Amino acid sequence: MNNVLTVENVCKNYGSYTALNNVSISVPKGSIFGLLGPNGAGKTSLIRIINQITLPDSGSVYLDGEILQPQHIQHIGYLPEERGLYKSMKVGEQALYLAQLKGMSKDEAKRKLKYWFEKFEITHWWDKKIQELSKGMAQKVQFIVTVMHSPKLLIFDEPFSGFDPINANLIKDEILNLRNEGASIIFSTHRMESVEEMCDYIALINKSNKILDGKLKDIKQQFKSNQFEVGLLSANKELLLNQIESQFTVEESKTNSFNEDFRLLVSLKNRETSKDLIKFLNNIAQITHFTEVIPSVNDIFLKSVASNN
Amino acid sequence: MGKLKLIIKREFLAKVKNKSFIVMTVLSPLMVVGLFSLIIFLNEKNAEEIRTIAFVDESQKFSEAFEDSNAVKYIDLTSLGIEEAREKTKEFYYGLLVIPKSDSLNDLSKGITFFSNDTPSLNVLSSIESKLEKKIRNLKIAELQIDVDKIKAIETKVTIAAENFSGEKSSKIGSVLRMAAGGGFGYLIFMFIIIYGTSVMRSVIEEKTSRIIEVIISSVKPFQLMMGKIIGNAMAGILQFIIWMVIGGILLFAITSYFGVGEVSTNSVQMAPEMVQQMQNSSNNDLQVVLQEIKNLPILTMFFSFIIYFLGGYLIYSSIYAAIGAAVDSETDTQQFMMPVLMPLVIAIYVGFSVIENPHGPIALGFSLFPLTSPIVMLMRIPFGVPWWQLITSIILLIFTFIGMVWFAAKIYRVGILMYGKKPSYKEIYKWLKY
Repeated sequence: MNNVLTVENVCKNYGSYTALNNVSISVPKGSIFGLLGPNGAGKTSLIRIINQITLPDSGSVYLDGEILQPQHIQHIGYLPEERGLYKSMKVGEQALYLAQLKGMSKDEAKRKLKYWFEKFEITHWWDKKIQELSKGMAQKVQFIVTVMHSPKLLIFDEPFSGFDPINANLIKDEILNLRNEGASIIFSTHRMESVEEMCDYIALINKSNKILDGKLKDIKQQFKSNQFEVGLLSANKELLLNQIESQFTVEESKTNSFNEDFRLLVSLKNRETSKDLIKFLNNIAQITHFTEVIPSVNDIFLKSVASNN
Repeated sequence: MGKLKLIIKREFLAKVKNKSFIVMTVLSPLMVVGLFSLIIFLNEKNAEEIRTIAFVDESQKFSEAFEDSNAVKYIDLTSLGIEEAREKTKEFYYGLLVIPKSDSLNDLSKGITFFSNDTPSLNVLSSIESKLEKKIRNLKIAELQIDVDKIKAIETKVTIAAENFSGEKSSKIGSVLRMAAGGGFGYLIFMFIIIYGTSVMRSVIEEKTSRIIEVIISSVKPFQLMMGKIIGNAMAGILQFIIWMVIGGILLFAITSYFGVGEVSTNSVQMAPEMVQQMQNSSNNDLQVVLQEIKNLPILTMFFSFIIYFLGGYLIYSSIYAAIGAAVDSETDTQQFMMPVLMPLVIAIYVGFSVIENPHGPIALGFSLFPLTSPIVMLMRIPFGVPWWQLITSIILLIFTFIGMVWFAAKIYRVGILMYGKKPSYKEIYKWLKY
């Protein structure tokens, strides 16, 4: 079994409203899986079903090959987007309570908490109440509470909200660490640059339907449009442009360069290869820059959602 | 099961460690007892003040009529004459009683005047009046040459001994006591249901607004969380109740023995001999009757039914409160839903206080079987004796309603705790039931 989580044909309706329509995803072991989609697409509904907060109307969910059961909650760690802690409870007490609810024994929970509190250098917060902490500090406690029982599957919904860049980076490193230690991670966010950086796989949900999923690399490959960004040095820009346009489709690039070169986005036609383009350009001007345009997750997101709508 | 225990423990500790709980628990009995002892203290103080009343008896008939008592002393100023006596009284005494000279006893009774600096107290006046009436009555008896002993022989003091058909004695004092016990217990349940029901609701709202709810229900079932909350709060309530009873009991005992409220008979020593006799008899009798009546109360039934009806009523109402808490985002939004919940409780209290007048009528029966009012109304009836079949029927109805209500509340709770934003309408809540 290579998938830690498999969701098969899950449907969920709230009255006459359909939140999820026949959605299937597979999260491979040891991967970071980006769950993307516009607001209200159904991501939270799916996450709640995986956490057994709600039950699907039809379809099934498997954790590590077994159909999802109540005792599986101790193998899942969930950091919801709408999160918080008991304001008037002490940090340590609260973390112990939540750990015990996840099925840990008190001693084990204490040991784990000590490890994490030392790692984040927050041991002196133990006897403070949450209301005495800042939002970012409380978020750190919340992160520890999510991961302390070493779950197989971690679900982070907007994990970086409320963190300053330094702490966001700290959390990002911890998430990558957890992945390296063998945990699988579902990562739901609207910050596309972190998806770009961290995710191995993605799935895109729009209007209750899954419209795209797979390995991020493959998806990028699939969305590639054989477009290249080139930088050229030439005395007569207009002549150069005419020459290229006679052979290829050309768009002006929005990138500003440091040199005085001429930046263009050139798309290949059916049979040509990048080799042909370089050869052609090399004959008419000095090349300062040549890269293939790889679509960003952001572009893929916008394009897919737009075409789906 | 282990998780439910954890939740109960947390809810219980969160409630009990709360400052307002500690303050309420310790202060309430102190306040009640403080108030009680203040009243006793003020009464004693009032009684300690000795008033001296001067009198000028021109008729020469009343000099022996005025016996000093604890609170009032009498001084005969007849020898000084009215004018001088007035001057002296103005300066030194509480008031001056002037009895004019008259031959006819009937005329005499109309000409008596009391002068004082302030408006005289009603008690003082009526005590003087009764003394005068008694004296005039005796004088008239003498005048008419009626044998005093014969008159005494006519007088009879009647005490009706009430008894029901199964032979249990009851009395007026007894029924007052039953009314007090029933009313007190019913009111206590009413208070506890509202206080702890609201506390469950607050706790649900707190979890919703602090957004911890989603973290928790990814670990436990919403039903477990709701039940844990309800049970934890109930335990805090019972603890508070026990503490109140213990502190209140100790303080009341201490205070009553300090002020000597129990020893009524010793105060009457200085009264006229025959009155003392009478007083002692009646007060001893009353005290014995009260003690006897307290023993006659179905205390064991009352105790157990208090626990059963408190738990039953509390579970029904607190699950509704939990559902309300789950449906709204803040406490200010709860008003709309609170009204229909409070209604049956308030009706129960009103009905209950009329029920203790007629504890076995059809209204009493109906409301003590209807589960939303039975915890209060039945408890008010119990001191008067309730047939077993009625008790059992009402408890069974209570249990079924409680199961149904918890099931119903859990459905709303489950959906409500994950809904943020706008306040739902009744229609939307009805839709949640079908999710």
